[in-house]
Amino acid sequence: MQSVLEWQAGTLTAVRPETKQTKSFTFALPKWMVHKAGQHYDVRLTAPDGYQTERSYSIASPPERVGELELTVERITDGEVSPYLHDVLVPGDQLEVRGPIGGYFVWDVALGGPLLLVGGGSGVVPLMAMLRHRAAQHATLPARLLYSSRSVDDVIYRDELDGLARSDGAFEVFYTFTRQPPTGWTGYRRRIDAAMLGEVIKPFDKRARVYVCGPTLLVEAVANALVQMQLPIEHIRTERFGPTGT
Amino acid sequence: MAGLISRGFLGRRRPAEVEDRLPPGQYLVTDFPVLSAGPTPHTPLDQWSFTIDGLVQSPVSWSWDAFQKLATQTYTVDISCVTKWTKLDTRWLGVSVDTLLQAVQVDPMGRFVMAYSDGGYTTNLPLAEMVKGQAFVAYQFDDKPLEPVHGGPARLVVPHLYFWKSAKWIRGLRFMERNEPGFWESLGYHIHGDPWKEERYSGD
Repeated sequence: MQSVLEWQAGTLTAVRPETKQTKSFTFALPKWMVHKAGQHYDVRLTAPDGYQTERSYSIASPPERVGELELTVERITDGEVSPYLHDVLVPGDQLEVRGPIGGYFVWDVALGGPLLLVGGGSGVVPLMAMLRHRAAQHATLPARLLYSSRSVDDVIYRDELDGLARSDGAFEVFYTFTRQPPTGWTGYRRRIDAAMLGEVIKPFDKRARVYVCGPTLLVEAVANALVQMQLPIEHIRTERFGPTGT
Repeated sequence: MAGLISRGFLGRRRPAEVEDRLPPGQYLVTDFPVLSAGPTPHTPLDQWSFTIDGLVQSPVSWSWDAFQKLATQTYTVDISCVTKWTKLDTRWLGVSVDTLLQAVQVDPMGRFVMAYSDGGYTTNLPLAEMVKGQAFVAYQFDDKPLEPVHGGPARLVVPHLYFWKSAKWIRGLRFMERNEPGFWESLGYHIHGDPWKEERYSGD
C-alpha cells in the first residue's frame, strides 16, 4: 500500500437485499486493485455545491472476484450515507470509492489457521470476505464462525453460510440469537460470553487465529476472554464499530 | 477537492460554526466510538510506569503515583479519527509533554519521537509537533478516570493530528533520529496525519 490511493468512480451493477436493514452493492471498478480479505474501502458523496462526506465500509467480496467490489452496508436510520446507498443509488449510478485500506485486520490462506471468526451484526461482513477467500482457494484449513444476531431475520448471508457449512467438512457455523431465537431453536440464545467462546474454540485451542468484528461490547468481551485463555495477543485481531458507524 | 456529483445527494448540513470545525470528509459524532487493533490491555496501576528514553542524556521513569504528582492542565479539544468521525470539545485532564520534557535533556539529534504502549502499539511524531502545548498525556476524560477502552489508565493526546497518533495505553516516549513509522504508519496510513490536509493514507 505504498502507492497513492486514488478516488475512482465505480459503477453500481447489482444490489442484493440481505436482511431488512442490509443490502449488498456490487460495483465495477475501472482501476480495480487486488485486496486482502478484511480490508475496507472509503466511499465519498459530493453534493452539487461541493459539500462532501466520507465513510468506510468493509469489503464483502473475496480478492478472487477480479474487477468487482462488493460492499454490504447496514442502513442506519438517521445516517447520512447509508440511507443514500439504500434508498437513492440504483444500478448504473456511479459512486466514488478508494481503497483497499487497512493492513492489520486481514487474513489470507497463507497466514493459515485454524481460523476462528467471531462476528456481531454487520460485523460479519469482513469475516465473510475471509470465508469467501478461503472457499475460492479451496483451502481445507479448519474454520469456524461464531455469529451473534438479534434474530434469525437479522442474519446476513444465512443461505451462503449454511451452504458452505454443508459442503465443506472443515467449516462450521455457530449462530447465537440475543433477542428472538427461531421456534424450536436448540443452539445458543445469549450474548457471546467466555463459556460459549470456550466451546467453539475448543478443537483449535490456543492455536487459533482469531478475527473479531462487531460492536464494542462484543469485541471487548471476546478479546478479553481470549486473553484469559492465553492466546497470543498478535493472534487476536479486532475491528470495532460504535453506534455511530453510519 | 473536486468530486463526482452524487445524483440526488444533498448532505446533512450543520450550522456554519460547527461545519467550520469539521476537517474535510469528516462527520460529527456526539458519542465516543472505540477503535483498536487488538485486545484492550489492563495493566494494574502498581505495575504502570511512564518512561522517556532513546536519544536523551539519561532516561527518566515515573511510577503511577509519581506521575499523579506532576502538574496537570485541563484541555478542551476537538478530535478527528481517520475512520471519519470528529468529536468537538472533548474535555481532558493531563500532563503536558512540555512538563514531561523538563525532566530530561534531549539529544539535539532526537528530533522524532516514537510513542509506545502496552500491547505493542507504536506511533511516530515529530518532536516539534509535541511541544508548546500541542500534546499531553491524559488520564481523565470528562472528570472521570480514563476508561481502558479509551486508552486508560493514560493515553497520549495530540489533537491536531488524526487520533491514531494519540496512542492509547501509553507507556513512554522514545526519542529517535529519523522519522520511523509506527504501527499504522507501517500498514498504509500516513506518516504525518494532519486531518486538515486529509493525510489519511500513505501518499495522500
